Amino acid sequence: MTRYIIQRLIYMVITMFLIATLTFFLMKFLPGTPLSAADKLSDEQQAVVLEKYGLNDPVPVQYFNYMVNLAQGDLGISFQFDNREVTTIIMERIGPSVQLGFQAMIIGTIIGMLLGLVSAIYHNGIMDYTSTFLAVLGQSIPSFVFAGLLQFYIGVKFGWLPVALWEGWEYTILPTISLAIFPIAIAARFMRTEMLEVMGSDYIVTARAKGVNKVGVVFKHGLRNALIPLITVLGPLAVGLMTGTLVIENIFAVPGIGEQFVKAINMNDFPIIMGTTLLIAFLFIFIILVIDLLYGVIDPRIRLAEGE
Amino acid sequence: MEKLLDVKNLHVSFDTYGGEVKAVRGVNFDVKKGETLAIVGESGSGKSVTTKALMQLIPKPPGRIKEGEILFEGRDLAKMSEKQMQKIRGKEISMIFQDPMTSLNPTMKVGNQIMEGLIKHQKMSKPQARKRVEELLELVGIPDAENRMKQYPHQFSGGMRQRVVVAIALACNPKLLIADEPTTALDVTIQAQILELMKDIQKKTDSATIFITHDLGVVANVADRVAVMYAGKIVEVGTVDDIFYNPQHPYTWGLLGSMPSLDSADEELFAIPGTPPDLLDPPKGDAFAARNKYAMKIDFEQEPPMFKVSDTHYAATWLLHEHAPKIEPPEAVKKRMEGMANSSSSSEGERV
Repeated sequence: MTRYIIQRLIYMVITMFLIATLTFFLMKFLPGTPLSAADKLSDEQQAVVLEKYGLNDPVPVQYFNYMVNLAQGDLGISFQFDNREVTTIIMERIGPSVQLGFQAMIIGTIIGMLLGLVSAIYHNGIMDYTSTFLAVLGQSIPSFVFAGLLQFYIGVKFGWLPVALWEGWEYTILPTISLAIFPIAIAARFMRTEMLEVMGSDYIVTARAKGVNKVGVVFKHGLRNALIPLITVLGPLAVGLMTGTLVIENIFAVPGIGEQFVKAINMNDFPIIMGTTLLIAFLFIFIILVIDLLYGVIDPRIRLAEGE
Repeated sequence: MEKLLDVKNLHVSFDTYGGEVKAVRGVNFDVKKGETLAIVGESGSGKSVTTKALMQLIPKPPGRIKEGEILFEGRDLAKMSEKQMQKIRGKEISMIFQDPMTSLNPTMKVGNQIMEGLIKHQKMSKPQARKRVEELLELVGIPDAENRMKQYPHQFSGGMRQRVVVAIALACNPKLLIADEPTTALDVTIQAQILELMKDIQKKTDSATIFITHDLGVVANVADRVAVMYAGKIVEVGTVDDIFYNPQHPYTWGLLGSMPSLDSADEELFAIPGTPPDLLDPPKGDAFAARNKYAMKIDFEQEPPMFKVSDTHYAATWLLHEHAPKIEPPEAVKKRMEGMANSSSSSEGERV
């Protein structure tokens, strides 16, 4: 087990290296320089600045320098914010995004799974149709529509919660709800389908033949067998949510990483683009490792041979 | 002997988009304490549905028990609520399923799967239940019970899994054991082991058994009495000797004739022509008439009643009517009957 994890961690480093390389060269294909937007600078001034940041060096040299710095944990300095360290900027910005994404995933998974279970238990009943309808709605209506509605009714009309900004936990509630709608819908749909399939299996009949009641059949025998496909879709979704969602962060004026990332791309702020990409990639690979380990926890058939 | 189970005029239907499929159409049979009743018939004859209905395990909807009584020690199971049935299932009646590869929960330890019924029905504590599980595993012939109970089903072979399924069914000493083709999914050597095991256990526990199968060889081996089902009805019922040496219904002849035997390698295997009727719209008269070369005019018009052959032997065929012509079973079947007499006497010998 430990050996497996170490092996996976080594693969992780290799993957990160490849992603860094690929992103670096792709970025060099972007038109313009970090100074393209600054027309007030004369050509000479621009040349001085480019020289200072090493942007006049041949690309392989730039790549080599970047990778050497990266290996030492140095992501460089931002081009747009008064020469601030990329690491500091990302650290400042990632907090709100991760918090929102995490809260949304927890709420989304729990509510979605419950909806899906209810659907499966009362298959083809009113409850099933209602929850399926809600799931389709949640998946097809963009989150910013919900965000707008929540802001208007709960924020403005009733004044129960703050409309926007980031000044305390109550400020996270509306964006969390807006973000949670999509995972709720996904979890509900997957849970329903999987649970229906599981409830039709032979071992469920065996359980019923033992005299196990309905709740026992669903939670003790059904749920665990229905979880694998669910975590397969929810893992990457969680990464997506935690690494910033531009629209929701914009609507609620959340100082998150999503907004920052888009701004960096528009400004050709290479170090920030690189840093954010690497962070997202890292989270993805990490979550996939966690999911692979979870598979084994849930299903003994995919458990890794121990002591191997 | 005292009747443990008495099924009267049981009808089970499935409501489908195409209409009502009448899977079981008026079945009567009983099981006495300690006896083994085999229900035989081809696929789709309603054997499994009948026994699943006994435990109310048919999926509802679309399935439903349309009418009839299922008297188990005098209580009518057909009228019981789900809650009441949960107290009967696994405790007084339990079931052994066909496919051991799918009938165990893959994500639950084997021991826990056996323990579940004990904790629920016999209110055992965990350590008590664990002890009983060890005994059960030993009873069904799984060595090293203490370690094996901590394993998952995928760590067991097919035959071993079926032993676990048997252990689950036996956990609470049920009065009635329903075995739904318990050996069909196993290879022949394992089949024999499981059959031996089941016979052995029955001797020890004295529970009654309903044994569903389409393998007449198995029937001769395990059963006291046999009920032959066709198109949702029992067409012939009798002791093993009645059915094997003095079959009356042409369908039973067909079943016996279609059994391959070791000494019949040079002969052509007897086959029943045609296919079973569509139970969405069962035929008028005798359901077997269309495939029966001895069918008479009345077979297409009126359903035959159960004619009494002897105190233990009944068959639903107009051939037993006093005005019907005397018809001998076909040669192939007669030969098979003789072969059966020889082989069963020899297996009797092995048993001693």
